[in-house]
Amino acid sequence: MSSSLASPSSSVPRGAAVGRLSLRLHRFRLLDASGVLVLAIVAIGWAVPLIWAMAVSVHSPDEPITASNLWWGSKPTLSNYAQAFQIAPFAQYYVNTILIVAGILVVQLVTISLAGYAFARYPFRGQNLLFFLILLQLMVPSSALIVPNYSTIRQLHLFDTLVAVMLPYFGSAFGVFLMRQTFKTVPRDLDDAARVDGANWLQTLWHVYIPPARPAMVAFALSSISFHWNDFLWPLVVTNSTNSRPLTVGLAVFTQLGEIGAQWPLVTAGTLIVVGPLLILFLVFQRQFIESFLHSGLK
Amino acid sequence: MGRPQRFSRLGRRPRSGAAVLPYLLVLPTVFFVAVFTLWPTVRVAYDSLFLQNEAVQVPQFTGLGNYAALFADPAFRQVLFNTVIYVIVTVPISVALALVIALALNRRLRALGLFRLAFFYPAILPMVSAATIWLFMYAPGYGLVNVFLGILHLPGQNWLGSPDLALFALMIVGVWKQTGYFMIFYLAGLQGLSREIFEAADLDGASAIQTVRHITLPLLAGMTLFVTTIAVVNGFETVDQTYIMTGGGPTNATTMLLFDIWQTLFSFFDLGKASAMSVILIAVLLIFTVVNFSHLERRATYE
Repeated sequence: MSSSLASPSSSVPRGAAVGRLSLRLHRFRLLDASGVLVLAIVAIGWAVPLIWAMAVSVHSPDEPITASNLWWGSKPTLSNYAQAFQIAPFAQYYVNTILIVAGILVVQLVTISLAGYAFARYPFRGQNLLFFLILLQLMVPSSALIVPNYSTIRQLHLFDTLVAVMLPYFGSAFGVFLMRQTFKTVPRDLDDAARVDGANWLQTLWHVYIPPARPAMVAFALSSISFHWNDFLWPLVVTNSTNSRPLTVGLAVFTQLGEIGAQWPLVTAGTLIVVGPLLILFLVFQRQFIESFLHSGLK
Repeated sequence: MGRPQRFSRLGRRPRSGAAVLPYLLVLPTVFFVAVFTLWPTVRVAYDSLFLQNEAVQVPQFTGLGNYAALFADPAFRQVLFNTVIYVIVTVPISVALALVIALALNRRLRALGLFRLAFFYPAILPMVSAATIWLFMYAPGYGLVNVFLGILHLPGQNWLGSPDLALFALMIVGVWKQTGYFMIFYLAGLQGLSREIFEAADLDGASAIQTVRHITLPLLAGMTLFVTTIAVVNGFETVDQTYIMTGGGPTNATTMLLFDIWQTLFSFFDLGKASAMSVILIAVLLIFTVVNFSHLERRATYE
């Protein structure tokens, strides 16, 4: 802001204008300073829940948490983490979540590329109708369909399997739309040239269309991963054992165990076991993560 | 005239066997959408017309009986009320806060990354973990919320145990969780605005507030509609906080539509009613998701 204010002062030499400007500049700076202070206080408020959870997760279980002993206590310890791992199979939950998220993503990338390619480059009868039917998925969110989809999973004898958690998400209307838009920007001449060189449709898709679509696919992948990593209700409905439960459901089961009760150091340790790696990944790739949001917005 | 055209069309026509290819390419997506979106939508509407619960041996056709029973039930009316209130309160607050924070962050600022991180990190946490942390924040006695009120010499509250406060407590979690997500969209929108128009406003002596009101906000109107739609749809699908923090209580004060669907099926085993409730939820969501169609381009750009 200050730079855009300062630049005209050099091009407007009249004294009055400069005086008015410097007055406004001054007022802006004051506003700025108090604004940043308010912003900082709000930001700290936003960060406190996580910071507190971290502090309490190393609070010794021998010391009660009281209003005067709220943070890490007098002898911080990692024993809560060890105990949480002993009580609940978090490692297994991790494996399940990773398999679910990766499984969904891989299948989605295949299905959306194929369909996006067909809708972008092959005129065929019924194209508009099929495209419309696919887009209907955007109007009926899957969470509103847990009742009939649960029945379907039961009928397919897939209850309490990893596949049951993944299956409803294998088709993605948004992904198809995104790939169709992206593929349409590829020059037809490139396609024709590849065909002339004897490439079949798959080779053309792979060598001509996929490379320029990579940023769009990364953006799609990020939103798919974060959605399915955090998904709770559907896996809650179709899983019932350690072998298929993802982290979210596992954490809910853990915190509701009778023996855990209000042992907050243990509960927060369990919570951080679940979110810790996610947060570290986010911190490391923060730039890419946010940039992929922002960058695609700059187009 | 006609001949060369037909020729060129022939020339464009894909090679033999290609007539089937596009159908094969779209088949997997069409299959999964048909089996897990289209068919279940029909099925849930059909199931909602039958009495199917533990009291009846064989499903009995009841027409709109399930709907009539639901709307006659004060408990269900309260569930609808809770859901609507939750959306009406959390959506404007989180969207407005997101905009204000984005405006505040949209400049050269020391520790900008740290600020952005502080607001954005809740968005990447699973709601289940966030709700678990807040369960603790609201704990009577030593929960940070009450400790903070104590510092201000205000009385502590039994946040999740009081029917008057529990829904409000869940709203705070919702706002805290999603504001940073919306902020990212606004930041993207702000970066896309041209600098010149703001420099012109500066030269004309517009104050910061005038600039925001007459230039920034109108330019971001499309983004606001987009973000608001996401927020409303998410709001109607709220369920994780209730499950983790209150279990719907006290006395139904925090039961919202999706949680009620879950508990009607899995605690009360009433498939007919759960289906009717799903249809109601779908109908409400349709009003807003229709907007998704007009927003597809934008989503394709920003997501």
